[in-house]
Amino acid sequence: MLERVPSAPTKDREVIIRVRDIEVGFGDKTILKGLDLDVYRGEILGFVGASGQGKSVLTRAILGLVPKRAGTIEVLGQNLDELSPAERRLMERHWGVLFQQGALFSALTVKQNVQVPMREHLDLSERLLEELAMLKIEMVGLKPDAADKLPSELSGGMIKRAALARALALDPDIVFLDEPTSGLDPIGAGDFDELIATLQRTLGLTVFMVTHDLDSLYTVCDRIAALGEGRILAEGPIEAMLASDHPWLRSYFHGKRARAAMAGGA
Amino acid sequence: MAQSILAQEPQLRIEQAGNRVTAFLAGRWTAEHARKVEALAGEISSQADGHHLIIDLAGVQRLDTLGAWVLDRTRHEFGEKGLTSDFVNASQEQHILLNEVAYRGFQELPKVKRSRFVDFLVDIGQTVAEAGSDLVRGVAFLGELVSAFIRVIVHPRRFRGTALVNQLEQIAYRGVPIIVLISFLVGAIVAQQGIFQLVRFGATPFVVDLIGILVMRELGVLLTSIMVAGRSGSAFTAEIGSMKMREEIDALRVMGLDPIEVLILPRILALIVGLPLLTFLASIAALLGGGVTAWVYGDISPDVFLTRLRAAIGFNTFMVGLIKAPFMAMVIGIIATLEGLAVAGSAESLGRHVTSSVVKAIFMVIVLDGLFAMFFAAIRY
Repeated sequence: MLERVPSAPTKDREVIIRVRDIEVGFGDKTILKGLDLDVYRGEILGFVGASGQGKSVLTRAILGLVPKRAGTIEVLGQNLDELSPAERRLMERHWGVLFQQGALFSALTVKQNVQVPMREHLDLSERLLEELAMLKIEMVGLKPDAADKLPSELSGGMIKRAALARALALDPDIVFLDEPTSGLDPIGAGDFDELIATLQRTLGLTVFMVTHDLDSLYTVCDRIAALGEGRILAEGPIEAMLASDHPWLRSYFHGKRARAAMAGGA
Repeated sequence: MAQSILAQEPQLRIEQAGNRVTAFLAGRWTAEHARKVEALAGEISSQADGHHLIIDLAGVQRLDTLGAWVLDRTRHEFGEKGLTSDFVNASQEQHILLNEVAYRGFQELPKVKRSRFVDFLVDIGQTVAEAGSDLVRGVAFLGELVSAFIRVIVHPRRFRGTALVNQLEQIAYRGVPIIVLISFLVGAIVAQQGIFQLVRFGATPFVVDLIGILVMRELGVLLTSIMVAGRSGSAFTAEIGSMKMREEIDALRVMGLDPIEVLILPRILALIVGLPLLTFLASIAALLGGGVTAWVYGDISPDVFLTRLRAAIGFNTFMVGLIKAPFMAMVIGIIATLEGLAVAGSAESLGRHVTSSVVKAIFMVIVLDGLFAMFFAAIRY
C-alpha cells in the first residue's frame, strides 16, 4: 500500500468493488448499459467521462441512491442486493462519501458534522468523540478554530475539507469523491490532491474519485477508468489512456489543457 | 464476512520483567470496539504505572485512527510522567498511522461563565431591541417600496405586468376556495351561537344584525388576512429566502435589475389588490353561512334575512371592512419580504424566518385591526 506502483499487475490484488453488467436508466432513457468495473484495494481510481455520461449516476448506483435495472454490485466481496438492512448498515460504515457540494448539514458546526456518523454508528465516550472529531478535522488540514464554525461561514476549499473529514469519520475502507477539486483554485486543488494521497497512504484507503481535473489524474491516480456510451471505454494507468485511440479519449488526453497538465505533472 | 470482522475483539496480555512492562496487543483495535479499546488502554496505564512501558503491536490485526489515537494517548501520558514508552513490532502502515495521529491535547475553547438570570435578562433586552429595529426596518422598507412604486409609475415600461398577474393568480384566485369555505363555516358557527343566546331574550331576529355587522366590519377581513398571511406570506418568505440563499438576488442586482421592482413590488401589489377581493368574497360567504344557519336554527327565511340585513348594515359597515384590507395586505407583504431577505445560509434559518414571518404577520394584522377599531369608533364611522 505504501509503495504505490501505478503499473503493478492487477490480477493478484483484492477487488474491493466489483461492478458487473450494470444497467441504469430513467424513464425510457438508458444511461449505463452493460458496464463492468473493478476497483482494487488500496488504489486511487480516477473516473473520467464527458458531462452527462453518467459518472455521478454510477457512483450513486454503487451507493444505492439510484436504483439499477440490472447487474450486480459487490463491495468488499458482498453482493449489495443480498444484504439484510442490518448488514447494509454495517456496509455503510465501510465507505465514506464526499459529495460535490460538500452536503454538510447546514444547521450543525463542522465538528458536529464530523460527529454525526460517529454518534450513529459507534459507541464512543464523550472524550473520544471530541478528540477524534478534532483529530479528523486536523488531518484534513483545517485549523482547530474551524471546528465550531457553521458551513455557511466556510470558504469553498474549507467546505471540501470539512466534508472529507466527515467522510473519513468512521475510518472507511473506501472513499467516494465526487469532483473533489472542482471549484477550488489550482493551488487549493493541488493541495487537496496531495491531502488525498497522504490520507490514502496513512489510512490505507481505497479512493474512487470522479474528476475532471487532469492534474489530479496525472498526480494522484493509480489507475483511470473512462466512461462513455454507457460503458467503460478504457481503463488503466495514464499511459494506457494516452495510448488509446478512441476519439473522445484522444481529445481529452491530448487537448491543449491536457498537454499543459502533462508538462506540469511529468 | 462483515460479521467476522466484528468478532475479533481487541485483546491484551501484560507481562512484567523488572521495571519494564510489556503489553502484547492482539485483535482489532478499531472504532467498532471503542469502549473495549479505551478500557484496555486504561488497564495498560494502571497496570504499568510506575514502570517503563513497551507496547507490542505484533498481534494487532487492524489498527485504525481511533486505536492509534488511544494508544498514542497512553504513550503520551507515560511520557508526561517521565517514564519511557515505546511501540515495537508495528507494521509499516501502523507506524505511519501512529506518527500521523501523534497525540496532542486539543486546547479547550475558553468557556464563558454564564448566569441563567443574566442570560434571561439579555434575552429580553435583545428581543425588545430587535422589535424596535424591526419597526425601523419596516418603515425604511416601506419607503423603498414607495420610491420603487413611484419609479414604476414614472417609467411604466419597467412595470412587471406578467409577474403581477401571476402573483394575483397565486394569491387571490387559488386562495378563493379555502377562504370561502372557512368564512362560510365561521359565519354559520357564529350565527348558531348567536341564535342560542338571543333566543332566551326572544330576540332571535337580531342575529341578522349580529352577523351582518360582525362579518362586514371585522370577521371577513380578519379571517382573510390571517389565511393570506399563512398561505401567501409564508410562500413569499420561502421564495425570497431561498433566492437569497442561492445568490439569485445578488445576480439580479449585478444585472442592473432592482430586486424590489422585479420581485417584491409585484407581490405586494398583488396582495394589495387581491386581499380586498378575497375579503369581499369571504364576507359574502360568511353571510351565506349565517343565513343558512339562521334559516335552519332560527326559522328566519331568506327574504326576512335579506330585509333585516339591508336595514342593519349600511354602506359604511361594508366600507369599514374593505378599507382595512389593503393595509393588512401591506403589513403582510412587508413582513414577509423582510423576513425573506433576512434569511442567511442554512436551511434552518429559512425555516425560522418562514415561521416568524407568519407569526409576526398574524400578530400585526390583529394589532392593526384593533387600532382600526379604535379609530373608527373615535370618528364614529
